[in-house]
Amino acid sequence: MLSVDELGIILLSLKVALASVVFSLPLAVAVAFLLARADFPGKTLIDALVHLPLVLPPVVVGFALLVLFGLRGPIGAFLADTFGIVFAFRWTGAALAAAIMGFPLMVRAIRLSFAAIDRRLETVARTLGASRIGVFFSITVPLALPGIITGVVLSFARSLGEFGATITFVSNIPGETQTLPLAIYTYTQTPAGDLRALRLSVIAVALSFASLVAAEWIARRHSTVTRD
Amino acid sequence: MIDVEVTRRVGTFELDVAFQAEAPIVGLFGRSGSGKTTLVNALAGVARPQRGRIVVNGETLFDSTHGIDLAPERRRLGYVFQDDLLFPHLKVEANLLYGYRRAPANARVIDEGHVIELLGLRSLLQRLPDALSGGEKQRVAIGRALLAQPRLLLMDEPLASLDVQRRDEVLRYIELLRDDLHIPIVYVSHSVAEITRLADTVVLLSDGKSIASGTVEEVMGRVDLRPQTGRYEAGTVLDAVVAAHDIDYGLTTLRFPGGVLTVPSVEGLVGERIRVRIRARDVSLALTRPTGVSILNVLEGSLVGFGSDDGPIVDVQLRVGEVSLVARITRRSREQLRLHEGQTVFALVKAVSFDRRSVGYA
Repeated sequence: MLSVDELGIILLSLKVALASVVFSLPLAVAVAFLLARADFPGKTLIDALVHLPLVLPPVVVGFALLVLFGLRGPIGAFLADTFGIVFAFRWTGAALAAAIMGFPLMVRAIRLSFAAIDRRLETVARTLGASRIGVFFSITVPLALPGIITGVVLSFARSLGEFGATITFVSNIPGETQTLPLAIYTYTQTPAGDLRALRLSVIAVALSFASLVAAEWIARRHSTVTRD
Repeated sequence: MIDVEVTRRVGTFELDVAFQAEAPIVGLFGRSGSGKTTLVNALAGVARPQRGRIVVNGETLFDSTHGIDLAPERRRLGYVFQDDLLFPHLKVEANLLYGYRRAPANARVIDEGHVIELLGLRSLLQRLPDALSGGEKQRVAIGRALLAQPRLLLMDEPLASLDVQRRDEVLRYIELLRDDLHIPIVYVSHSVAEITRLADTVVLLSDGKSIASGTVEEVMGRVDLRPQTGRYEAGTVLDAVVAAHDIDYGLTTLRFPGGVLTVPSVEGLVGERIRVRIRARDVSLALTRPTGVSILNVLEGSLVGFGSDDGPIVDVQLRVGEVSLVARITRRSREQLRLHEGQTVFALVKAVSFDRRSVGYA
């Protein structure tokens, strides 16, 4: 049913989206917690910075990544020289671009759920003998879980659909950086590629739909099944 | 043994409290806004006083001069809030064990099974907090605090968010755990009924200051503290012993150091100690022993003094045997009867004025 090419594109897209979510989640939780709870100078600035990818043209984000994380960019050169980590024109770069584009969505959802927690629950937990860290993992995070799940799904879906920043930063290399949206774009630019573009579009719809259903299922399971 | 001396200023409100208490249940009593919760938060380590010292059972929890400020999790004080604050994502059993699992192993003297039996939680263990009634939730919250093996239990208006029936239910459980587990309790309330039923020692707070402390009989009986203890509920507290039950009429006779009282039947074996509260507004005065009246309780005593007499109402302090009693009458009655200090008077108390909440087990 699916051609080898199509399967490769889907797997690459999933890999990119998954990596972007897995690596941005801890940072998103930390930033969301900070924004929801702490009051510090420059908070507004951090808040704006986190939300920037939401309002900037994706091409601008991609270009900024290219400048900063390109092989000769200040961060890119440093990472390549010291750790041998290269983002430019690799699938990891696609994941980075997707992570940054999905970050505001993830932070927003998690932050809201942190803000909705009755902080007296955390106080009780302290008086019951739990340390700050202990309270965070035993009370705060579990209570914020619905928001965390929502954030993960939104950012995963956003990553699957990422186009502008990705194509600007890591180009459109089949088998390396050509994710689903990029492949669809390529076929629409190819003579007689419409059918293949359509097939991939249907797959994209199915994937997005599946991730939303999965999120709904996880969220419902979480709220009805009790845990110890 | 609790030894507290703290100062904490928040905005324009200043808490400046000092008291020592050694009693199974210490009542912190005061109107709302008097600083009760701030004080309890300071004890629990949730709010930090600017200056002072908090010592519980010989353990210094806070001492500003020596730079001691134990984190809440290291104070081991159980805190029961007005709202139950159960962890909504955990079943009752996991809620109960939250503190137990975190208590030092060598401090685990209060046993899970025992608390479950004591508070009647067996059938609730597998439920989520959402599926519990208000009274059940508060019982679980109390059990959870107990199982954290506290040195002292802090209860901040634990009945305030419950309806009257649930209050009675939870109140009985609190009496049970006082008698059974011997855990000292600091009980915060603005309800005279709760304080007099439960507390042995009372600390009276007003405007952030501790203005009186002593036994519940002393503090609640003092006419000069009426503005703080409240006019409507004002009264005296007596320690009494069940003398006899009259099953035909459903009455119980109580003996106290000053005479006997007849009240609607209370549970309790003959000889059992009971605490009775007599509200001042339920006490009338007569100059001679009245005849042909329905009132069952006529107590002979002498008039000791009067409370503040501005306004139409006067509190009259009496001595009946070894106990003091307060009667609330109008200024007109006082003048018509020509009441004066040292006079012999008869205090009349209707038996039906005693309700369940004014009679408790001491």
